[in-house]
Formats: sequence, C-alpha cells, structure tokens
Amino acid sequence: MLIKSNSQGFVHPITSDITPLAAYQSRRSMIRLMANGVAGAALASWAGREALAQAWAPPGKHAALASVKTAVVGGVTMEKVTDYKDVSTYNNFYEFGVDKADPVQYAQALPTSPWHVDIEGLVKKPGRFALEDLLKLSAQEERIYRLRCVEGWSMVIPWVGYSLSALIRKVEPLGSAKYVEFVTLADPKTMPGVRSQVLDWPYVEGLRLDEALHPLTLLAFGMYGEVLPKQSGAPLRLVVPWKYGFKSGKSLVKIRFTENQPKTAWNKAALHEYGFYSNVNPAVDHPRWSQDTERRIGEDGLFTKKRKTLLFNGYEAQVGQLYTGMDLKKYF
Amino acid sequence: MAGVPTQRWVARVNALCLHAWSKPLLFVLMLLPLVTLVAAVALDQLSANPAQALVRSTGDWTLRSLCLVLAVTPVRVGLHLPALARWRRLLGLFVYFYATLHLLTYSWLDMGFELNDIAHDIPKRPFILVGFTGYVVLAALALTSPSWVVRLMGGKNWRRLHQLVYVVAGLALLHFFWMRAGKNDFADVWLYTAIISLLLGWRLVRAVNFMKNKPMSL
Repeated sequence: MLIKSNSQGFVHPITSDITPLAAYQSRRSMIRLMANGVAGAALASWAGREALAQAWAPPGKHAALASVKTAVVGGVTMEKVTDYKDVSTYNNFYEFGVDKADPVQYAQALPTSPWHVDIEGLVKKPGRFALEDLLKLSAQEERIYRLRCVEGWSMVIPWVGYSLSALIRKVEPLGSAKYVEFVTLADPKTMPGVRSQVLDWPYVEGLRLDEALHPLTLLAFGMYGEVLPKQSGAPLRLVVPWKYGFKSGKSLVKIRFTENQPKTAWNKAALHEYGFYSNVNPAVDHPRWSQDTERRIGEDGLFTKKRKTLLFNGYEAQVGQLYTGMDLKKYF
Repeated sequence: MAGVPTQRWVARVNALCLHAWSKPLLFVLMLLPLVTLVAAVALDQLSANPAQALVRSTGDWTLRSLCLVLAVTPVRVGLHLPALARWRRLLGLFVYFYATLHLLTYSWLDMGFELNDIAHDIPKRPFILVGFTGYVVLAALALTSPSWVVRLMGGKNWRRLHQLVYVVAGLALLHFFWMRAGKNDFADVWLYTAIISLLLGWRLVRAVNFMKNKPMSL
C-alpha cells in the first residue's frame, strides 16, 4: 500500500513560481494599464515580432498581387513559411515532366495571357470568364496553408486568392449538381510532359460540391504577394489544404458541375492507390508507403526525424464535419 | 579465334591499364560521385529535398557501378585488353559501397533508423525487399572478395558464387522498375535494362558458342 507522507504527497512550488506580493497587489493597476492601451502598445510590438517571424520578402520575380487579411477560420497558419526558392523549384507538374526540377525549367514558355476559364455543366449561368474578371470577382486574400504531398513531404505556402465558393455562388449551381470537376491545361505545344503517356491528359481533378464550397478551398492567383509563377500553376489554380497536393489542379481552364463523381486523372491511372477523396490521413496508408509522417521541406534537417502527419493535414476542426459518419478507410 | 591484335593503340591502352597508377586513379574516379554528393549537400545544391535526392542518387550510382563491373569482361575480351581484369574486383567493391550508402540513406534519412517502422515499411513496399535481397547477395560477394578467401574456397566454388552478380543485376532492375512504376516513368528503367541485357546477352552468346565448339562428351 502506498502511503503518501507529507513530504511526498504535496509538491511545493519552487520559489521562482510564487508571484511576488507586490506584483500580486498591483495586478489591478496592470489590468487598468492594459485597458488604457499602454500595455496594448507594448503588446503590439510583441505581436509585431511574431508577425515578423511570419514575414517573407516578396521575391520580386513577378507582378505584385495585393491582398487583404482573411476572415476564414484556419486560413492563416502561424508556422514558418517555406522559402520561396524551395516552393518555386521543387514542383510536381507532370505536364512539364515528372522530375521535380522539370516544371521550373520548362514552364516558362507557357503563355498565360490571354486566359479564360469555362464554366460548364449543371449551373444556371454557364459561360467563359476572362482572367481579368476572375481576378476582380472577389477580394484577394492572403491564406497561409500547409501543403502535404502524397509523396510524404510538406511545405507552408502563403497563397493569394479567394474562396472558390465566391465563384460557385456567382454561377449558381443547379440542385442536381453534386460534384465539381476541374480541368487543367494540356497543350502539347508548350507542355513537353503532355507528349508522354504518364497520365491520361488533360489532368482532371474533382471535389464534392460541399467540399468545393468550403471556405478553405481556395482559388489562388498568387503566392508570396505576387502572381503565381508558371511552375506553380499560373495564372490560377486550386488549393485544397486538407487533401494531398495532387487534388489541387494547376493552370485551370474549365470548371464543370456534374451529378456524378468526376473521373480524375489519378483515379484513371491507379484507382487502388489514389482515391477520389485523398484526404490527408496518417491512418490510411498509401498502398506502397506509410502516410504517418512527413518531411517539412527546407525546415527539417537532413538527419531530423520526419514529423507526424495530422488528420486532414491539421484542418480537422474546420473540415471534419464534411465527413461525419464516413468510413475514411473505404473512401480514401 | 580472332587473330592477335596488331593495332598499336590496343597494346598502349593495355599498358596504361597495367600502369601502377591506373588502379589508384580508378579508385579516385569511383569516389567522385560520393564527393560530388557530399559537396552538393554542403552547398545546399541538392534540390529542396536533399534526403530524397541522396537516397535516389546513391541508388543510381549503385546501378551505374554495376553496369561498369559487368562491362569489364565483354570489353576485356572484345577489345583484347587483358589488363582490365585487374579492375574488376575494385569496381565490384564499389557496387557494394554505393549499395551500402543507398541502404544507409534509406534507413537513416528516410526511416530515422526506426527498425519498427522499417519492418512495417517493407511489406508495403515489396520493391524494398527486392533491393534488400540484392544487397545481401552483394554483401556475400564483397565478403568473399579477398584473395585468401578465393584460395580457401577454390576457384570453381568462388566463380559459381560470384555468378550471383547476374542475379543481383536482375534484382536491381526489378527494384528500380517497381520504384518507378508509381509514376509510369520508365525511360531510365529501359535504358539500364537495355545496357544490362546487352552485357548479359554477350555472355550468353559466348557460353552458347563455347558449348557448340566443345566436343561432345558422353
């Protein structure tokens, strides 16, 4: 039987933990100070330091794209932003080749102006949107999202764009619309990878309508305060932060509203490996590797152990309710 | 058999291969890939994902050294350069060296030396099992490479054991093919398959010819 004596059962605070009497007694004046804004100013400088840790210099490589703060919950992670150099040179964009270094090398010849996006399918107002009109359709916001690649690496990227829902509401989906299909550019003349047989071109991705309407689902036009570089999906792309990166199609040319689940490029290539949902989930392994951990690009050292991957890439609080009652192992 | 080569350059190349400095030079040359990789890591020139780049390039260099060592005999016989035989063991040991680095980078950089995780990873990625099997065979060949082991084993047994390098070549290609299958990206796989098929095919043709020319013994 364990009998706790006085000395074992009670943990004494160390002296430094005890609030000095004077400080305790002056707490009211402290609160008053804060209310008066004096401490507020002090806090502001502290917050400023925090913001500084988040800041990055716009790389100065492309036209600036101004943005406002976002009100979307979960829209700005406080994690360290990945270097622009890594984000813009380590890309999966198979239209330009399967090597990570191919997109930055071969995408620069892609003409991105003029550009338009066709809205088709089950909507009241289908039509063709010019890029200039899409840019102005809603206020451009800055969103700092985690990006988790299905291959087991991740980045933190400050995107510029607005919730895709703004565009969806504008075109008024019909009641029969259940899914949204995203078709991306496949131009064999400017995209050398399209001549290969790696995937069935054009690259097609899809979301359930409620996923597409989620405020975190972003129609992005820029990153790091500038318009998107071509290797990252200029002039506009999708960003769905709680799904593996390949769900976020680049260089979009068509958005189609459908009743049936779209046949995505990766579903067609390997249905048993890449499901329609492809939500980030450490408990559901890729058939050929574990999804339990990830390497944060540019941050985790060569010999650092990989970090744990979070359910829905850490956006469970925001998107978990989309999948209530769903077997995530079956609908992977 | 072909006549005695009269070209002077063949004799010269052969003499160069026999030069006392030729082997140390080969040794340094074969270390260059490693030196380049280490320098690239130090200078942060190895893409945004240096760990993955290291695992892949050590694998590439294993395959390249394997092609080199398998080319020794065809080149030696085809070009009448008997001196090349001196290089074979060194090149073979470099195959094992880069394979060791490959295994080490995978288990360290990718898996953090977590044996438990590695054990769970292998059934999910059978191509790793294929690669590891090849590595075990290579280790047996490397361990039996010293001259005194050759003497101990006897030439016939040693030769038989070391013919397993052909099995290693097959396993290495399967390992590479399977790894690339995820992206349907087979261009490099076909290239290495073509090179190795050529080198092994040459041996097959030679063996068949040898059997044909040999008087039948009942």
